[in-house]
Amino acid sequence: MAHAVQLDEGHGQQPAAATQVQGQQHPIKLYLVVWGWLFVLSACSYLVDYFALQGLLRWGLILIFMMLKAGLIVAVFMHMKWERLALVYAITVPPVALLVFVAIMVAESNYTLLTRMLFLGGQ
Amino acid sequence: MAETHTAGSIDRAKGWQGISEDWSSDQRAFKSASWGKAMMWIFLLSDTFVFGCFLLSYMTVRMSTAETWPNPSEVFALTIGGESIPLILIAIMTFVLISSSGTMAMAVNYGYRRDRVKTAVLMLVTAAFGATFVGMQAFEWTKLIHEGVRPWGNPWGAPQFGSAFFMITGFHGTHVTIGVIFLIIMARKVLRGDFDTGRRGFFTSRRGHYEIVEITGLYWHFVDLVWVFIFALFYLW
Repeated sequence: MAHAVQLDEGHGQQPAAATQVQGQQHPIKLYLVVWGWLFVLSACSYLVDYFALQGLLRWGLILIFMMLKAGLIVAVFMHMKWERLALVYAITVPPVALLVFVAIMVAESNYTLLTRMLFLGGQ
Repeated sequence: MAETHTAGSIDRAKGWQGISEDWSSDQRAFKSASWGKAMMWIFLLSDTFVFGCFLLSYMTVRMSTAETWPNPSEVFALTIGGESIPLILIAIMTFVLISSSGTMAMAVNYGYRRDRVKTAVLMLVTAAFGATFVGMQAFEWTKLIHEGVRPWGNPWGAPQFGSAFFMITGFHGTHVTIGVIFLIIMARKVLRGDFDTGRRGFFTSRRGHYEIVEITGLYWHFVDLVWVFIFALFYLW
């Protein structure tokens, strides 16, 4: 059975050698719990907008809920938690470059806005 | 060869030692993932940069415009029962997509247990949620276009709002649509028992196995993941 992929996917939870069952095996309950949390977190971020919170509180809460949801999806639903670090870092570290890009573009947009205000009369 | 068959029972180093050993092993670097899974991850990483660039350009036009940005809370409000509820359609879309991720995760689980019917049904439920999501997005687009939103202007403020909106949600919606098609094709294969009988695929002529359910799932969860960022950064910000 299952010809090609007799690799070491049965890592982690159970000794792979023993059974024919391979791949990611986790109790269904775990997925339901994560599902529930994603619902709660989404509801929380919606409520931030519903109650029209403003300022630092708003941005802070939105970003925290966003990162928590993203973390749950990647770690549990996408099984990153059970992969080897070689893969985890290969995939999760490169997006950090985006943060550098964000910093560059923030500086650039501030400059653009400044020139628009100074020379184009706020156009 | 022997290594690949018994690899699961090999004790491998953890932590940095493990990373260093995996990468310098002069073999495949990703010991816990088959090539199919690794390639999907690498594709998703590249897609991360695509969406990252979209969200970055949205941030840039929003920060650099001297005009006021339309308030998404009001733009995406719906009037239900005579009362205007902010962002309600987007909230429902979010819950639909999260639910589809939940059913997908369970489909992967039943796939590895060789439960063909449950796997296929859960995949089809996932596809149905996805189709519902795209339907609601079509409704949203229609509503906004009727209200006069165009990629070059809108009635409420900064003209860049329209281009950012159509570009980002359009690209995401395309991803969802592709995912739905992919899910239906794979659900059919599962139901027919292709992965038990070793039937060859119509496209690659190779024999598949239940891992494809997990790989399809990776793509699907990624689509949900991107929506998490769009929801937070475009709709709530």
